[in-house]
Amino acid sequence: MATAQAGLWKRHEVFEKNSIILLLGALLVVAIGGLVEITPLFYLKSTVETVEGVRPYTPLELAGRNIYIREGCYLCHSQMIRPMRDEVERYGHFSLAAESMYDHPFQWGSKRTGPDLARVGGKYSDQWHREHLKDPRAVVPASIMPAYAFLDRPIDADAIADDLKANRALGVPYTDEMVALARSDLKAQLDPDGPATADLQRRYPGVSVRDFGGDKARIAEIDALVAYLQVLGTMVDFKIYEDKKNLR
Amino acid sequence: MTEGEVGLGVALMVGALLCALASARAVDAPFSIHMAVFALAALAGFVTILRRYEARPAAPPRQEIDGKPNYNLGPIKFATVAAMAWGIAGFSVGCIIAFQLWAPSLNLGLEYTSFGRLRPLHTSAVIFAFGGNVLIGTSFYVVQRTCRARLAGELAPWFVVLGYNLFIVVAGTGYLMGVTQSKEYAEPEWYADLWLTVVWVTYLLVFLATLRKRTEPHIFVANWFYLAFIVTIAMLHIVNNLAMPVSFLGSKSYPMFAGVQDALIQWWYGHNAVGFFLTAGFLAIMYYFVPKRAERPIYSYRLSIIHFWALIFMYIWAGPHHLHYTALPDWAQTLGMTFSIMLWMPSWGGMINGLMTLSGAWDKLRTDPVLRFMVVSLAFYGMATFEGPMMAIKAVNSLSHYTDWTIGHVHSGALGWVAYISFGALYCLVPWLWNRRELYSLKLVEWHFWISTLGIVLYITSMWVAGIMQGLMWRAYNALGFLEYSFVETVEAMQPYYLVRALGGVLFLTGALIMAYNLAMTIAGKTAAESDPLPADGALPGTAGLAPAE
Repeated sequence: MATAQAGLWKRHEVFEKNSIILLLGALLVVAIGGLVEITPLFYLKSTVETVEGVRPYTPLELAGRNIYIREGCYLCHSQMIRPMRDEVERYGHFSLAAESMYDHPFQWGSKRTGPDLARVGGKYSDQWHREHLKDPRAVVPASIMPAYAFLDRPIDADAIADDLKANRALGVPYTDEMVALARSDLKAQLDPDGPATADLQRRYPGVSVRDFGGDKARIAEIDALVAYLQVLGTMVDFKIYEDKKNLR
Repeated sequence: MTEGEVGLGVALMVGALLCALASARAVDAPFSIHMAVFALAALAGFVTILRRYEARPAAPPRQEIDGKPNYNLGPIKFATVAAMAWGIAGFSVGCIIAFQLWAPSLNLGLEYTSFGRLRPLHTSAVIFAFGGNVLIGTSFYVVQRTCRARLAGELAPWFVVLGYNLFIVVAGTGYLMGVTQSKEYAEPEWYADLWLTVVWVTYLLVFLATLRKRTEPHIFVANWFYLAFIVTIAMLHIVNNLAMPVSFLGSKSYPMFAGVQDALIQWWYGHNAVGFFLTAGFLAIMYYFVPKRAERPIYSYRLSIIHFWALIFMYIWAGPHHLHYTALPDWAQTLGMTFSIMLWMPSWGGMINGLMTLSGAWDKLRTDPVLRFMVVSLAFYGMATFEGPMMAIKAVNSLSHYTDWTIGHVHSGALGWVAYISFGALYCLVPWLWNRRELYSLKLVEWHFWISTLGIVLYITSMWVAGIMQGLMWRAYNALGFLEYSFVETVEAMQPYYLVRALGGVLFLTGALIMAYNLAMTIAGKTAAESDPLPADGALPGTAGLAPAE
């Protein structure tokens, strides 16, 4: 028995004496966990629920989302409501995987220095968001959020069609029409009286077309960010969503 | 000129031209700036190769001198100094953002100084700039010593060290300008990621080629850990950063994966950045520097074999514990939790192997503060690797997730384990590299030790209290069945703890400044030996500095 054990230890010398075998051995051992955990997520149908209403972001919302990412909002705000009584009461229905299926990258977050934002859409008025972003303590005295007054500058979104294209290349179902009209759609979403409103609503069902409290003649970064915040968590209509169908 | 000099010189010239062109035609300002930085760096590299060629002797450096390997220490010296400098920068930014949470006016209302942009700067500066330079520096040192062979290549090790630090500069300045793909600990955009891939593969090749030219029959255990760390980080980095650039002349890209898949890939990466960058790599440091400093052999060779394979196998599975109760399927959460709990065993196996190496040498803890740094780092490692599995249990996680408890946990690992083992290694390494008999002052090491330990204690205890309180307040109900607290009330409750945490950070930074002074004086060749009392037995403290044996 003792010699058999010693033999096993001895056999480990293969790794200790050959750097390439050690390298390949280590690589094989570290590859297993990821392969087993991650690959099924791409083919198990139950991974992402079947829901109605989740659509790609409009050009304006996407531009706002890019500002959200640029400023690192995800570092203090999660977008993932867990299925616990207090969270559901505080924030709304727990988050579905389907709700972030077009999110490149995901914004679930890992810390709540501020509240969860998964369903912040529609909770506050556009004006509240603008005041709050400009000076958080003007509306929430105990807030510790940085002030984002500088977002009131013109947005640089001339190339937003390229952003849609990149997303389409990764599987987000933007049509040729959406890509071709991306720049004008970005403006059209801020102008409810404009001629393109009906078309925009056809391309992006349920889209909010309004000025988001800004001046539509001069599109600012804050307009796009508010448009993004106001769509968060509003795409799925939970009055008609069937939890039971998607039990996992 | 050697083939390497010609090849790298041509590559750098071509690179400089392409980057200059990209800078001129860039679609956004940050990309233009970064391409200019790359172009200047390539140009500087080209000039350096030429000047080095003019100055160097015709024959390549000898592999051996008088039968002893002619170790290549230059890149290691650079990484050592860079580690210390980046460490202080990273700790400072950490203090700033800690104070910002206590007093939000410190965000200054400027985009470049807001928390959201500084926080990735802090994490990357401490993990990748400080930690990364420690890892590259020590790995180049340890692999040469334990293989009894000169580092493979002459230009390649310099390319790795300088290229890696260039990546840090591009990543860090990018965060300030808002260039981020928002994946935590993998924020740099596609072009920085591509550059890091080139550097990292070169690193792997240099390390592997040095292992292959070793004159020792066995590969020393520390090198297994270094090798696993390098190759696993390569795998994680490449997969997690797959992305589609919006334009090849712009900084913005969209990551390849979305939603739930992106989340798991990110935390598969994120947790193993902890597991391999911050653990396997630093365990390699433990396996070389603790025995060296304690002048005792590793406690158990067989335990180190089990430790190695079990640790690298199990760590990879633990990622889903960052996504408990989220929209990630339950089976994946359960797998992640199970492996996280099992991970406790190899983690403590490694800690025991390190601590028990001091068998028969425990008395040195009284006289040698450098060794004390390393032993206390192992104690923190043990504590953090117990706390981690506990927090990975879903019931615990339901309370701790999203709170500052996680931040406290990370810092007991990062400050207590990673930074302390690094401090210990740097205190050993600097006298060895610069050929000094001993450190400038062991007394200052004592001061560093106690000040920073106090800092860590303030940091983690305040975050424990803050995190658990936050979690309990979020789920508290009043007698009528309503939520007891609004969210902002839980923010207000954090204020005293945020202040205590920030002060803890300042103490930690103070310790690091003392260390930097001590190391600078050591490099300058000064000694303050008169202020250091000799231990009772008359042996000189820090004699390990005399001759770093093989």
